[in-house]
Amino acid sequence: MARAVSTRRKVVFTILAWSVALLLFFPILYTVITSVKTEGEAISGFSLIPSFTFENYVEVQTQRDYWRPFTNSVVLSLLSTFVALVIAVPAAWAMAFSPTPRTKDILMWMLSTKMMPAVAVLVPIYLLFRDWGLLDTRTGLTFMLTMINLPIVVWMLYTYFREIPGEILEAARMDGATLWGEIAYVLTPMAIPGIASTMLLNIILAWNESFWTIRLTTTNSAPLTAFIASFSSPQGLFWAKLSAASTLAIAPILIMGWFSQKQLVRGLTFGAVK
Amino acid sequence: MNLKAILLGACSAAVLAGMAHAETLTIATVNNGDMVRMQKLTDDFTKANPDIQLQWVTLEENVLRERVTTDVATKGGQYDIMTIGTYEVPIWAKQGWLLPLDNLGADYDVDDLLPAIRSGLTMDGKLYAAPFYGESSMVMYRKDLMEKAGLKMPDAPTWDFIADAARKMTDRSAGINGICLRGKAGWGENIAFLTATSNAFGARWFDENWKPQFDQPEWKKTLDFYVQLMKDAGPPGASSNGFNENLALFQQGKCGMWIDATVAASFVTDPKSSTVADKVGFALAPDTGLGKRGNWLWAWNLAIPAGTQKAAAAEKFVSWATSKHYLDLVAEKEGWANVPPGTRTSLYKNENYLKAAPFAKMTLDSINAADPKNPSVKPVPYVGVQFVAIPEFQGLGTTVGQLFSAALAGQMSVDDALAQAQGVASREMQRGGYMK
Amino acid sequence: MATAQTRGLSRLMMAPSVGLLLIWMIVPLAMTLWFSFQNYNLLNPANVGFAGLFNYRFFYTDPAFFQSLWNTLALVGGVLLITVLGGIAIALLIDQEIFGQGIVRIMIISPFFVMPPVAALVWKNMIMHPSYGVLADMARGLGLQPVDWFAQYPLLAIIIIVAWQWLPFATLILLTALQSLDGEQKEAAEMDGAGFVSRFVYLTLPHLARAITVVILIQTIFLLGVYAEILVTTNGGPGYASTNLAFLIYRTALLGYDVGGASAGGIIAVILANIVAFFLMRAVGKNLDR
Repeated sequence: MARAVSTRRKVVFTILAWSVALLLFFPILYTVITSVKTEGEAISGFSLIPSFTFENYVEVQTQRDYWRPFTNSVVLSLLSTFVALVIAVPAAWAMAFSPTPRTKDILMWMLSTKMMPAVAVLVPIYLLFRDWGLLDTRTGLTFMLTMINLPIVVWMLYTYFREIPGEILEAARMDGATLWGEIAYVLTPMAIPGIASTMLLNIILAWNESFWTIRLTTTNSAPLTAFIASFSSPQGLFWAKLSAASTLAIAPILIMGWFSQKQLVRGLTFGAVK
Repeated sequence: MNLKAILLGACSAAVLAGMAHAETLTIATVNNGDMVRMQKLTDDFTKANPDIQLQWVTLEENVLRERVTTDVATKGGQYDIMTIGTYEVPIWAKQGWLLPLDNLGADYDVDDLLPAIRSGLTMDGKLYAAPFYGESSMVMYRKDLMEKAGLKMPDAPTWDFIADAARKMTDRSAGINGICLRGKAGWGENIAFLTATSNAFGARWFDENWKPQFDQPEWKKTLDFYVQLMKDAGPPGASSNGFNENLALFQQGKCGMWIDATVAASFVTDPKSSTVADKVGFALAPDTGLGKRGNWLWAWNLAIPAGTQKAAAAEKFVSWATSKHYLDLVAEKEGWANVPPGTRTSLYKNENYLKAAPFAKMTLDSINAADPKNPSVKPVPYVGVQFVAIPEFQGLGTTVGQLFSAALAGQMSVDDALAQAQGVASREMQRGGYMK
Repeated sequence: MATAQTRGLSRLMMAPSVGLLLIWMIVPLAMTLWFSFQNYNLLNPANVGFAGLFNYRFFYTDPAFFQSLWNTLALVGGVLLITVLGGIAIALLIDQEIFGQGIVRIMIISPFFVMPPVAALVWKNMIMHPSYGVLADMARGLGLQPVDWFAQYPLLAIIIIVAWQWLPFATLILLTALQSLDGEQKEAAEMDGAGFVSRFVYLTLPHLARAITVVILIQTIFLLGVYAEILVTTNGGPGYASTNLAFLIYRTALLGYDVGGASAGGIIAVILANIVAFFLMRAVGKNLDR
């Protein structure tokens, strides 16, 4: 009896969850479907069955090379994430294991550096980048993305590290472990999941950053956000082509996200779990 | 061998060395069809100039404008050639941000450029940008629907006729709207259309002392007319329709008439994307008998920013891309119908082109009918038909565009929209130091 | 445990982050502050000079200013409301045992991977478009007049789009929190005969408080700066119906090229954001210290 109830319950919840999931996923799904329609089909009413043409992808690729912006997106998001982690891990570590009364304030202050609207500082930053010769360089953009996401990275790592019980450290110290031994053998293994999910989140944020990546680049370092900006409102019918370009721009990160979903979830707690 | 000869020799060697060293030009372009086509045809240029390589930055119009303006104004030096509109050219040239185009080559034939277009790109007798393609606006209409309504479109209609025809053609149960016009807020969207239209109604943005004129009866007449017409005969959601949205509507057969850029003619007559390709007629933009027609003038131009290190190579490319030779090249590779229109007189004398483009004559007449220096009935202190060539216009135009689109959406009365527009414009003019 | 040595070490470890962020904050802030007192239009470099407080007065007296403040709050509040409530509901739902849990979860988090301009373009052209959008097709299928979202409910339309982007984020964090809820506690409550509602109110919700705080805090920071979605869809209109503070600054900076005015706007935005943050911390910050 109890079993029957729970199965029925499971079915009900399954239906509910699938409806919600499909609803949320629908815009993406429909974009992908539209990308393999002809332009005519794309505007002739709702339909989930396309004619599976790949002409839009061919057209998009002949109009604008995909691979260079793609490479830039990969390099920029990985590199900026790496740099941000290198800077942030020690800081988060220190905040988590030797907190002072001001730690919380420092964290809040770090977050508050993100409050300046990007548009308002465009001209000052552009002037600085021009003077330092950083316009349209991967170095400049990596720096930019690192700085933008650093507060979030520190925050995330801090909250994760804080969950690592301090007693373990003490125990290791009792056993005569050196500081480096402590870090290498005791803490690092425990910290890996948190670092991994921070890394994933940061890659996503860097990949999707679409103000500076367009304004500070021309060709050499322009990533996929600039690629999509060249398709957003051309003349003539463009629904299907736009869908193809959009699909190309989001596919890599979407696939990465799908594969690493478990990792992402594990550490994406922001200390929300007690 | 004397010293002079040695020096000369050294110079030419240096020149040769300079030539052998390949230069890369970075070119910023807008993502419209003609520009994209040009990128495919550049082999012709690079074969003739093996020492020059081309690198493209293609962006959507608004982003492009932001990028190149920021760069040229801060002297960022990121681009060697920029695609800019007729709005930017006079402002930038005045600031000394553009290099004059003096060396376009012997066979370039500057005098072949359409006078209306050329005059907008010239300052103090010097050409500061070369037109790549030019356009005006005109009426596109469905011959079949016009006939059904028992009317005949004259070549040069009045607004009263257009309004009457639009109301008669409207058949909402069949999804037919008499007229589709721009309604989306933006200085290049509804403001372009409404400013051009207001010229025909005798209105102007500013008087000779830069005092905004939205409190004058001409503007009220213009806006009342527009809002009422769109209410009676316009498509649903008109306040978010721009060029693309209206194009799609017209191609789907949902509009009886559409007044917009002449470049749209080639899209609506293209049987591949338009369901009404064989039923489209053209007419000049309408007037109200005051002596001005509501047709605008726009061109996308190639210009060379003053900061570039590669001016000579850049000018070579500009010359190539806007030459007669390029028009022939496009014709040969893609057909005459795909040639970028609206820049050269000779194109409109070419039989092949006139045959391939049934809208050619109307385009030329529309361009010729526009006068950027005297856009309206009354005198104005500014240049520009559907814009005002002052730096403040983009921001101001967009704000006023928001107000007008609110009036169209029925969220604000016409009087309120105009009163607020007057307030915003006065503020901006005072700040800019135009108005004491 | 915190000896002088470890304290020194931890200072050293924090130095790069803190130092970099400090420079990163001060340099642009100082430049912005400087420009905010300058009469500086990018397109008119001849007319540069000291402007005093004029830029601030000009920005503050913009007819769209007060509406933009209200719109900013409405946008942030609306999105937070949808994402927190929706996030809790969805987290509760997918925390249950269901068939195909992995796929459901993947579909739900997917919107988070879509870059904002793409999201805005897709919603504008394919979903909410009054002629070609899916919603219009559905309305017509039901014999109704399609809703013209961006003209009739511009702010709501933008809230929906932004909420769609952030719902996965909220759901994920709330889900992880939910999963850490002690199973024994739950069972005990169930044994006691507590109904779903009382279990939720007395057990689940307090447990989620901290996660909700985090969601609100992080999202608020991002939401205060939303403008790309507005630019792509409504251009701030009709009227000023969808102009928020960030868009107003955008209009000043990149349409008017008024560097002085935009800088003043930026400073005003920073001050307001800090006020919001202050009240936010007073309201929910306690949850973080537990």
